[in-house]
Amino acid sequence: MTDISDILIILFILIGAFFSVVTAIGLIRLPDIYSRTHAASKSATLGVMCILIGTLIFFLTEEGFFNSRIVLGIFFVLITAPVGGHLISRAAYNAGVKLWDKSIQDDLAKKEQFEKEKEGSRY
Amino acid sequence: MKKTNDVILQTVTKIISFIIILFSIHLFFAGHYTPGGGFIGGLMTAAALVLLLLSYDIKTMNKILPFDYKRMTAIGLLIAVLTAAGALLFNVPFFTHAYDYFDIPLLGETSLHTAVLFDIGVYLVVIGITMTIIQTIGESE
Repeated sequence: MTDISDILIILFILIGAFFSVVTAIGLIRLPDIYSRTHAASKSATLGVMCILIGTLIFFLTEEGFFNSRIVLGIFFVLITAPVGGHLISRAAYNAGVKLWDKSIQDDLAKKEQFEKEKEGSRY
Repeated sequence: MKKTNDVILQTVTKIISFIIILFSIHLFFAGHYTPGGGFIGGLMTAAALVLLLLSYDIKTMNKILPFDYKRMTAIGLLIAVLTAAGALLFNVPFFTHAYDYFDIPLLGETSLHTAVLFDIGVYLVVIGITMTIIQTIGESE
């Protein structure tokens, strides 16, 4: 059965595998935890979702059964993975992990400084 | 300590916990013919409750879900034992299960099996024990 569906399945699985490899390389190569969570939460989400879509199309065309659990899985990964990345990087910032030494701007630190001064002037 | 703003975590938890609980109920009922059953269904429901515990605190959890988890464990054990003992009423050995086909309005013809009752017992015991362990660890200072 070499149809459009086969090409679509191969395309989706390959794109997913490619983005997973990109995530792994990003985790090794990037300098600090914030750019690493950027790589991990973004491209890993897309990679896993592409592989799941490929699996869904495979079972739909080859075996003719619509696996709703995969749809649920796609939705679940789409919602939870970015929130996981957000929580990891926020926990790292609150624990005082330094930014990369070549980064030029840290607005959150400025905001906290400003709030501390406001508290100080009130009392 | 500074009060933190957990609005993203709490909003996502509200959506996600429903999906997890629905999936755990699906796993529970799918257990007879496909992978699943009382044990992982119960563990997954407990996981949804733990997610709620993580994003809110124990006081809020006790307010929105006022379960006594130790009592839930006891009820689960009772259901399991009564299902097994119910076989004795029909003059068959302990733990003999039975099934039959019923016409339920809305669902059509379904086969109902007494093993589901035993599974409900397992489900309640697993939820009860997991939540008891986690809440007692979380409460101690």
